Amino acid sequence: MKAAVVVFPGTNCDHDLDYLCKQVLGFEVVRVWHRDSTLPTGIDLVFLPGGFSFGDYLRPGAIAKISPIIREIIPSAEKGLPVVGICNGFQILCETGLLEGALRPNETLKFISRDVFVRVESVQSVCTTAFQKGEVLQVPVAHFDGRFYADDETLARLEDEERVVLRYCDKTGARADNDLTVNINGSSNGIAGIRSSKGNVIGFMPHPERAADEALARKYPNWKTDGARIFQGLSSL
Amino acid sequence: MKYQILVRLKPGVLDVQGKTIERNLEPLGISGLHDFRVGKLIEFEDERSGDSADTTAIDKLCKELLSNPVIEDFEVKKISS
Repeated sequence: MKAAVVVFPGTNCDHDLDYLCKQVLGFEVVRVWHRDSTLPTGIDLVFLPGGFSFGDYLRPGAIAKISPIIREIIPSAEKGLPVVGICNGFQILCETGLLEGALRPNETLKFISRDVFVRVESVQSVCTTAFQKGEVLQVPVAHFDGRFYADDETLARLEDEERVVLRYCDKTGARADNDLTVNINGSSNGIAGIRSSKGNVIGFMPHPERAADEALARKYPNWKTDGARIFQGLSSL
Repeated sequence: MKYQILVRLKPGVLDVQGKTIERNLEPLGISGLHDFRVGKLIEFEDERSGDSADTTAIDKLCKELLSNPVIEDFEVKKISS
């Protein structure tokens, strides 16, 4: 597997993804700069990592979406190239329109950095083919603009077409959309991640790449590795 | 030509900044004000040829960069020529 990790000014999770891809998943990684106007040949999937591209000026992802590399990625994604957007990457994908909706400031207006529970709601995305629907994962989040918003019509369509991939839940897997200790940022329908109709484009707010390394789990007893499973599905692309 | 672009959240989109302003009126001894909505005002100069300048570019700028049509509306004002 050959993965492209896209780097913008202000991206800060590219190193985590680079490590995960190489050390945990055994992928080959190519860093791609935002000004590059072509993807390297033979790329199997693209990661849009977390961070604060262009300082979140205007809106998170607003300036990244018009960068040369994103303009190159959009038509490839529409043709089926797998694209995984994490946190700021999810915000960028929503700005491009490859994914629907938008990410708004957290309802509490606080930056939230903690572990959360999410439930797998669709197994039809490139990241979740190896899951059973309803499985619960413990993964970290770290964001200010994580409240997923879509109008009622779009929300209904996302739900009908099973395009909600991850939803905030409690540790037993129960939904509590009105409880800000569970649906931490106040997202519509508790949505933490969605996919495109074909399932090749996926975006989510949690950072599974930060909870994927067995070496850290051996050192720190509370360290989770649930996140690794989100990426293992990509190995079988 | 000077332009002012007003970008604001669409009606119905929860504005947590607006709500926070409303919750913090009490220390100022102010009451009875509500429905605060926080937007953005963007100003710029257009040095192209005055009134005949192409407004398509301004519209594209507003739709594709300054606002996100999923959550925001925009208003274009010409200030002076």
